[in-house]
Amino acid sequence: MNHIPDIFRILPEVVFTITGVVIMLVDASLPAATSRRSLGRIAALGAAIALWTSVGQLSLPAGTGFYGTVETSPFTVFFHVLIAGLVLVTVLLALDALPEETHHQGEYYALISFGAVGMCLLTSAVELLVAFIALEISSISTYILAGYRKDTERGTEAALKYFLLGSFATAFFLYGIALAFGATGTTQVYALARLIPQATNHGLVLASLALMLVGILFKVSAAPFHVWTPDVYEGAPSPVVVLLSTAPKAAAFALLLRVVCEVFPTLEPLWKPLLLVVAVLSMLVGNLAALRQQNVKRMLAYSSIAHAGYLLAAFAGLGTTNIAAASFYVAAYTAMNAGIFAVISLTSGYDDELPQVADFRGLLYRSPMLGLLLLFFLASLIGIPFTGGFFGKFYVFSSAVDGGAVALAIIGLLNSGLAATYYLRLAASAAQRPEGRQILLPAPRIGILALVALMLCAAATLALGIVPNGVLHAAQSAAHTLQVPPAEQFFPASLPPNHP
Amino acid sequence: MNALNQSILTLLLVVPLIGALLIAVAPDRAKLPNWIALATTLASFLLALHLPAHFVAGQAGFQYEANIQWIETPAIFYHVGVDSLSLWLVVLVGLLAPVGVVASWNRITERPKIFYSLFLLQQTAMIGVFVSLDLMLYYGFWELSLVPMAILIAMYGRKNGPKAALKFFLYTFIPSAPLLVAILWMYACTRSFDYTTLQILFTHGAFPPSALFWLSLAFLFAFAVKVPLFPLHGWLSDTYAEAPAALAMVVAGKLGLYSMLRFHIGLFPEQARLLAPWLMVLAVIGVLYGACLALVQRDFWRLMAFAALSHLSLIVLGIYGLTLTGWTGAVYQILSHGVVDAALFLLLALLELRYGTTEIANYGGVAAKLPRLATFFVLAMLAMIGLPMLSGFVGEFLLFTSTFSEVSRTLAVLAALGVILGAAYMLWLAQRIFYGPQSPLAASLPAADLHPGEWGTLVPLVVLMLAMGLAPSLWLGTIASGLHLPTAKATTTSTVYALPATLNPASEEGLR
Repeated sequence: MNHIPDIFRILPEVVFTITGVVIMLVDASLPAATSRRSLGRIAALGAAIALWTSVGQLSLPAGTGFYGTVETSPFTVFFHVLIAGLVLVTVLLALDALPEETHHQGEYYALISFGAVGMCLLTSAVELLVAFIALEISSISTYILAGYRKDTERGTEAALKYFLLGSFATAFFLYGIALAFGATGTTQVYALARLIPQATNHGLVLASLALMLVGILFKVSAAPFHVWTPDVYEGAPSPVVVLLSTAPKAAAFALLLRVVCEVFPTLEPLWKPLLLVVAVLSMLVGNLAALRQQNVKRMLAYSSIAHAGYLLAAFAGLGTTNIAAASFYVAAYTAMNAGIFAVISLTSGYDDELPQVADFRGLLYRSPMLGLLLLFFLASLIGIPFTGGFFGKFYVFSSAVDGGAVALAIIGLLNSGLAATYYLRLAASAAQRPEGRQILLPAPRIGILALVALMLCAAATLALGIVPNGVLHAAQSAAHTLQVPPAEQFFPASLPPNHP
Repeated sequence: MNALNQSILTLLLVVPLIGALLIAVAPDRAKLPNWIALATTLASFLLALHLPAHFVAGQAGFQYEANIQWIETPAIFYHVGVDSLSLWLVVLVGLLAPVGVVASWNRITERPKIFYSLFLLQQTAMIGVFVSLDLMLYYGFWELSLVPMAILIAMYGRKNGPKAALKFFLYTFIPSAPLLVAILWMYACTRSFDYTTLQILFTHGAFPPSALFWLSLAFLFAFAVKVPLFPLHGWLSDTYAEAPAALAMVVAGKLGLYSMLRFHIGLFPEQARLLAPWLMVLAVIGVLYGACLALVQRDFWRLMAFAALSHLSLIVLGIYGLTLTGWTGAVYQILSHGVVDAALFLLLALLELRYGTTEIANYGGVAAKLPRLATFFVLAMLAMIGLPMLSGFVGEFLLFTSTFSEVSRTLAVLAALGVILGAAYMLWLAQRIFYGPQSPLAASLPAADLHPGEWGTLVPLVVLMLAMGLAPSLWLGTIASGLHLPTAKATTTSTVYALPATLNPASEEGLR
């Protein structure tokens, strides 16, 4: 039925898997005393190849493989490129930001690669059980990465909290899948989309939607499922947070789009108001809580909750605009968030020696480079024009206005005014003359690879703000393919009969 | 020269950016950043002079236009152009930039690279606001103009820089949220961000009046904070007290007042008419309130802040009188205020540099030591309080004539009281600083009079004040030629500005 070998449909995932395995093998065969930096280089190479193969997937005709379980389409490629790029940035940064004596560096890079497998698969799965497995693969590696500083209390706390709450959330998601199977007799996305309108047991369908949403909204850290975020970000090493706060979220948003727009498009009157309430709640909770934070990473954790809220506001839109706006926002958000956490990793250090907003005082004097980059990423998070953050917000809220939710747009933009307060607190702190013990601090060391990582983030953020056309087109064609299932669909020859 | 006409506005936007980049990459040696900044600002000023030199007065529509698609969906265009309203404002921004560099020359000694790069970025943003004809582009520059300003105030403030910067940023950033929503909503209904297209659609009744009212309110709110209009002036005095003189020169007034004329009255003439009485009352309160507070300030920057509030409110009064004379006077007064304020700020900055304090009480009898500085100050001060034959007089005269004869005598008389108070606080300021017995501070510190560079900056400014006072027709002609009163129910071609004959077919389609 398919002319293309199925393996091409999961090529980036395969590349990441091989990278992870190679890293583990090389790690085991290297003498204990040798530097592990070469492993990081392998991981970076793997991420770059994965990025390249993802782009290459564009030339494949859109369609499914492996008996209708995975799909390649502009939508999956969009998110694959994003995730591979983020993994590349994370690895490059880790090569410089990880202290030489860090334990288990081999596992560190291997886990990042394996996590990337899960995240990529999550965006391309069109079979909910595969999506569940992908979710678990990505989650388990991030649980371990979050607890990488296992000798500190906060590190252990972060990992444990993330693991307990996270497994709960995935359980919810799995339960949702089970109920959907109960209602329709299938877990394949397109089959579900066809069968759900005909399902007789509405209660089951509704419960399934609700449970899946709980699971996914936990992963994107939207209120009221956000409680884990600040603790995990604070406890995890900053170079890990660069990954943690971006790629898994991008993947989870892709899953959210897939579930609500492809599986349950007929229930739009139901999930739309629900998501908008969650959006408003996330903005308010995130921004109000961030106002009071003194710890930079906690503050940005709450800010990421608010950003999840802005993104969900896109769902007020109509047709494909909401998907395009949300996809673009994911790109803009991940670029600037990866950038700012990279700056923080280099400023505060792997062990968070300088965790507080007040500790950033004088950064612009100690290291003009990092200081200006910090201000730039903050400007993008605030949503200053000519940065990616601005166009992200712009598309999201114009999608909301398009859908008639003017009040939502006003709430959202006033919230971004509120958010400016705490971003500016950090900016003002960085712009102040160093005083007291800050004068004695040495300038943070920026290695060449970390610089490349920072510049990638900055260039992406700037490009999204000045020449957004390319990414916007990609987001639009992604949105288009998500809404309209490919013509030659693979369906199992004999669908199980519809349940009564 | 015609080849330049197409790209002149783009050049004006790009030249400061190039200068900023050059400064960023140049080595941090002695005064190198200062010299690059000075060269860049002079070059962009010369380029700006191209605009009036080749401007065709009386020609309808915008000139030096460029209209290129920037982003496809939503349809955002790089659409720039000037008309008689923005023409001289662009030149003014060009003129103030080198003055700002001179005012910062000896004061900014630490991290000059960051200072001058951001200063030039600010320059681009301000010119961008004046020339943008696409609402999104305009909004972009409008927001962009906040950032360098806020960073510079935070980094180079006198005592409480970061706090003042935060206040400034929030005060001006939050009102732009409704502005953006309004722009987006207009786009959602019309599928266009283009100024002229929207103008046509509005006069053809594309929106119900109630919707237009809310839209106009959102626009007005953002502009009123930026001017600032009483009671939204909370940020002004802290910002003036902290900002380096080069930035204080440009922070208030121009952008907000221009936006009121162009985007509030220009897009929503009917709604502006409804709101005008209230705005004029607020403006008169601002004139008097600012003048009274200026009388009691102890710090000369704060005094200048409240003086600015008073003067800018007077311009608002002229704008919302909705008469041609008032608008001409308003534009002229913005220009005059820009030049005079620049001179005064430069002089005060030089005083502060020499004596290291901003407390008026510490000064006294300085004229004996710095006779030239004192002379220039008195000249600029006289121009500010509107002495005939100097630039301030013409604008004030037009504003008062329009208000008195065509709008409201009571308001004109009340506002005139503010002008009398204005003379009082400025004369008193000059007396306390420059005349009377020498204060211990003035006696103890040896201070040099004006350097050639400062001299060379002040002379053109003073000459300009005289020229603007003696031969206002040089400017008034072009300004008045392009302003048209809005007609109540417009036919196709008459709104504030003459419009192109053909409607954009795409936008018509968007309506349906």
